Amino acid sequence: MSRIEHIAQKAAAAKKKLLIPYLVAGDPNLETTSALMHKLVEQGADIIELGIPFSDPSSDGPVIQRGVERSLSKETTLKQVLEIVAEFRKVDAQTGIVLMGYLNPIEIMTYKTFVDEASHVGVDGVLIVDLPPAEAHDLHAMLRESEIDTIFLVAPTTRDDRVASITALCSGYLYYVSLKGVTGAALTDFGSVTANISNLRERTKLPIVIGFGIKDASSAGAMGQLADGVIIGSALVEKIALLADQVDQDAAVLSETTQVIAQAREALNKLV
Amino acid sequence: MINSEESATSVDPSRFDGPDATGHFGPYGGIFVGETLIAAVEELAEVYESLSSDKEFWAEYDYELKHYVGRPSPLYFAERLTDAAGGGKLYLKREDLNHTGAHKVNNTIGQALLAKRMGKTRIIAETGAGQHGVASATVAARLGLECHVYMGADDIVRQAPNVYRMKLLGANVISVNSGSRTLKDAMNEALRDWATNVDNTYYIIGTVAGPHPYPKLVRDFQCIIGRETREQSLEQIGRLPDALVACVGGGSNAIGLFHPFLKDESVAMYGVEAGGHGIATGQHAAPLSAGSPGVLHGNRTYLMSDAAGQILETHSVSAGLDYPGVGPEHSWLKDLKRVNYVDATDEEAMEAFHKLTRLEGIIPALESSHAVASAMKLAATMPKDKCIIINLSGRGDKDIETVAKIEGIKL
Repeated sequence: MSRIEHIAQKAAAAKKKLLIPYLVAGDPNLETTSALMHKLVEQGADIIELGIPFSDPSSDGPVIQRGVERSLSKETTLKQVLEIVAEFRKVDAQTGIVLMGYLNPIEIMTYKTFVDEASHVGVDGVLIVDLPPAEAHDLHAMLRESEIDTIFLVAPTTRDDRVASITALCSGYLYYVSLKGVTGAALTDFGSVTANISNLRERTKLPIVIGFGIKDASSAGAMGQLADGVIIGSALVEKIALLADQVDQDAAVLSETTQVIAQAREALNKLV
Repeated sequence: MINSEESATSVDPSRFDGPDATGHFGPYGGIFVGETLIAAVEELAEVYESLSSDKEFWAEYDYELKHYVGRPSPLYFAERLTDAAGGGKLYLKREDLNHTGAHKVNNTIGQALLAKRMGKTRIIAETGAGQHGVASATVAARLGLECHVYMGADDIVRQAPNVYRMKLLGANVISVNSGSRTLKDAMNEALRDWATNVDNTYYIIGTVAGPHPYPKLVRDFQCIIGRETREQSLEQIGRLPDALVACVGGGSNAIGLFHPFLKDESVAMYGVEAGGHGIATGQHAAPLSAGSPGVLHGNRTYLMSDAAGQILETHSVSAGLDYPGVGPEHSWLKDLKRVNYVDATDEEAMEAFHKLTRLEGIIPALESSHAVASAMKLAATMPKDKCIIINLSGRGDKDIETVAKIEGIKL
């Protein structure tokens, strides 16, 4: 059983919702990302989605784009992102780590080196935004071989006949994109999310988590009710943007920065 | 150039048939977009496929090309340019004479008709030099569609006249301030818009890149260039040309010219990338000459990216070539060695710009000037009975401010 499956099963048994924050690795610098990851666990994160910065993040809204630009202004590389995971794993063997990003940095590193390194440092899952299942076979096979979950998205536009091809390759959890748009957009249509999630439930046993547009405790609570967990990205990255670019961040400041995660945890815990 | 060994043996004529059913040209192309857009590109592929045998659709397209765009465009023997080059004969395929002044309109007419068929009311486009933006705004006005054009903030400065033309045509021009503030960032922003407004919006991609089926359908719409050239060559020269030369940014004018000749082994082909300040300086926009395969904007293709996989900023004097990727079919044709990909520097393009203007009274776009530069070099190596056809993909009126500025002239 993968670490993510284990985390999801344990949460389900305890009737607990998964809380998955997203942050951009290297924003505003690698040291702060490391410190934030531990802080996020303290605030109640079960799994962390660590964004691999890419120069052309065409599925992301302006908040995450700026986070990526801050990271790339330091020339953060995929190799360094993997090193952060290695450091994190020295201290924390419980929390799930999912690398999320775009395909090109992985192609340039080569799939084999990426998968070997990811496996070596303790990455649990990989989510490549611009790699649909039809193009994912090679990377997916290598990740599966190394017991790393490949996570895929389902969107409101995903046709029913396509869901099977996604769930066939997806493991760990299924990421439901709550809205048509980019990360950080405003979530308005709760009704369609409800209908689409129950439709998905009939088609997969995978845990379903909802992301895009969840910005506070109230939206986390509302979405958490429908799914097995929620992902919070832009709302957190927006706070990280306020951090000074320094290596030793004040613990109280980091608590403040990650408060939205603590509040979401509280809202999710109230659901059960 | 085709090597003699290859042309001596009989080869499978279908080897240049692409893409396959899933949108791949060999290892290139494909569909690499976020899940939200998958349904949209699949729908587009299905609709386009269903139109392939729809005589009414293609008759409408042909009608627009003839009566609105002004096709066929002439194949013109450039006698004085030929004399100046001193060798093979140089012919110009006059895409600069199309309505809106470039080849771009061949594609936007086709895609706008497609958008109408699909019931979309809103079109979006990205633009670099502004030519595709103008061509999109033009057909939107023609067909009564709402039009939004994404353009890098730096390009808006470089191509001010085209920005104003788009506005006059009723388009909303949106300045893109992210990343390198050029064409690639405009494309990112257009993809974001499309994901957000996918229900009512049609994205008119301006070149043979992007997710399948764009590289195929844009090529098909641009192939009118090559089909006409083929006929005109047989009629005017009495045979097929010896070489074709076209500039390559994304590569739509080049593929449009090349594609109908791919199986004619006697026809050599040259795609001319933007050499910028010179390939060795790193300041260029020549992914086929100096890049490596990767994934960007929905397809796998040659790209300019750094050792960590980040897309590099490109440089070219011409905004229309200032793009770090290239259409996937070009990547394939490079690997198959069917097309030779070379480069012309900013300086060479500028020189060619002036030569063509002074010798023939034709002001070429800076993009097309790259092809002129390279073709003149090629002509000089050829005997006088050889014929080279240059795709003069656009006119240079939009570039006169850029040229004046480079030469220190205040207008």
